Amino acid sequence: MRQALAALLLALAAAPAAAQVAPFVVTGDAVSAPLDGLAGDAGRGARIVRNRETANCLICHTIPDPRETFMGEVGPPLAGVALRLTPGQMRLRLIDPTRINREAVMPAYHRIADLLRVDPRWQGRPVLTAQEIEDVVAYLATLRE
Amino acid sequence: MRHLVVLAATLMLGATASAGEVRAPASFLSPDLRALQDDPSRHPGWLWVDGGEALWREAPRSGRPSCEGCHGPIDGMRGVAARYPAVASDGALLNLEARIERCRTDNQQAPAFGYESEALLSLTAAIALRSRGLPVAVETEGAAAQHLAAGKRFYETRQGQLNLSCGQCHDENVGRRLRGDVISSGVGTGFPAYRLEWNTLGSLHRRLRACSLGVRATQLPYGAYDYVALELYLAARARGLPVESPGIRR
Ligand code: HEC
Ligand code: HEC
Repeated sequence: MRQALAALLLALAAAPAAAQVAPFVVTGDAVSAPLDGLAGDAGRGARIVRNRETANCLICHTIPDPRETFMGEVGPPLAGVALRLTPGQMRLRLIDPTRINREAVMPAYHRIADLLRVDPRWQGRPVLTAQEIEDVVAYLATLRE
Repeated sequence: MRHLVVLAATLMLGATASAGEVRAPASFLSPDLRALQDDPSRHPGWLWVDGGEALWREAPRSGRPSCEGCHGPIDGMRGVAARYPAVASDGALLNLEARIERCRTDNQQAPAFGYESEALLSLTAAIALRSRGLPVAVETEGAAAQHLAAGKRFYETRQGQLNLSCGQCHDENVGRRLRGDVISSGVGTGFPAYRLEWNTLGSLHRRLRACSLGVRATQLPYGAYDYVALELYLAARARGLPVESPGIRR
């Protein structure tokens, strides 16, 4: 009984997992269509980028904000990123940068397939939801200098 | 064509040069922490060293000899930590902690201390201290070769929800800031180490569990084979670097 229940719970947990990753089409080095057709919110995106529990972008990147301390330097500075990349290019780099460069260091924020030894707490879930990806893209698009 | 070959050769040289530059962890410490690591009178890790030296002399209740009863004074342990992990006579790969636990259960016929117990950390630190400054000299051939290969595979495999391999930080991004930390070459020569974040002494496996969690990968249990094999690979990367244990870390 216990086991059957556990199996059922597992199945329930696994079922929506695939649905947690939005489908997308890669054209060149970009995903031009917003995920699930969602509109991003730059204000929410700005908070997600700073969140140390979830996206934690600033562990590796700097943003032009003098109030932020201890930002990382593993990735390129994000200041002016909107002048270098289109929203579609940003979207693919967030979804899964290994689609552009197999050796990419940056984590894939919206992918669940082919990952090894994922801690059970995060199994079957992408780091960021489709809505969060769109919010972050909207925020990055404001970084014009 | 000729040019291509030269280009390929330089690219490869570049790659091996950066991968080969494994620097001592002390060289990444702030001057304050470095001074603390070098000063036994202020280094909190010496509390554990003192405790370990007492345990070395203490006979277990089983009536079997103390560590000293079999091995003599603890100074005789000079160089031992620099050779671990090592393959035991039965083929098992043992790190220093596992070696001590074996002596405890098999030779002293006493209950194991348990990984990360104060007693095991203390004995490990007291023994490791006897190798402080000596070059890491693990055996990597013969029976050790397959374990080394397993450790290398683990080190090079992307893992966790953040999909990072150890080398993507500890080879490719050495010296860069990851938040408040400067990424080091990721070797274990300072462990057990007193970590300010822990406020206590901790084993290398505790540190490895933190890196696993950092990439949101499954944290392996203390003493897990994959971590011991990884420990051997880290020691092979650190070959020739001085043992720093007990270290001081942020
Ligand atoms: C573990 C380190 C790491 C984390 C965490 C990280 N990045 Fe990156 N990022 C990189 C690196 C390194 C690159 C360069 C490409 C590569 O090697 O992956 C990069 C590239 C980028 C680019 C392309 C920049 C350009 O100029 O081409 C953008 C945009 C970006 N990151 C945004 C983000 C955002 C937003 C987050 C959080 C949601 C984030 N990154 C989290 C390491 C990271
Ligand atoms: C996202 C980056 C990242 C990844 C991936 C990572 N580490 Fe680390 N690691 C760090 C940081 C930051 C520290 C603390 C600063 C330092 O000492 O390097 C650290 C510390 C260490 C230390 C302690 C070094 C010392 O002297 O205190 C060891 C050993 C280590 N890592 C090994 C590993 C191994 C083995 C893996 C893979 C299983 C791994 N790390 C994966 C970032 C990472």
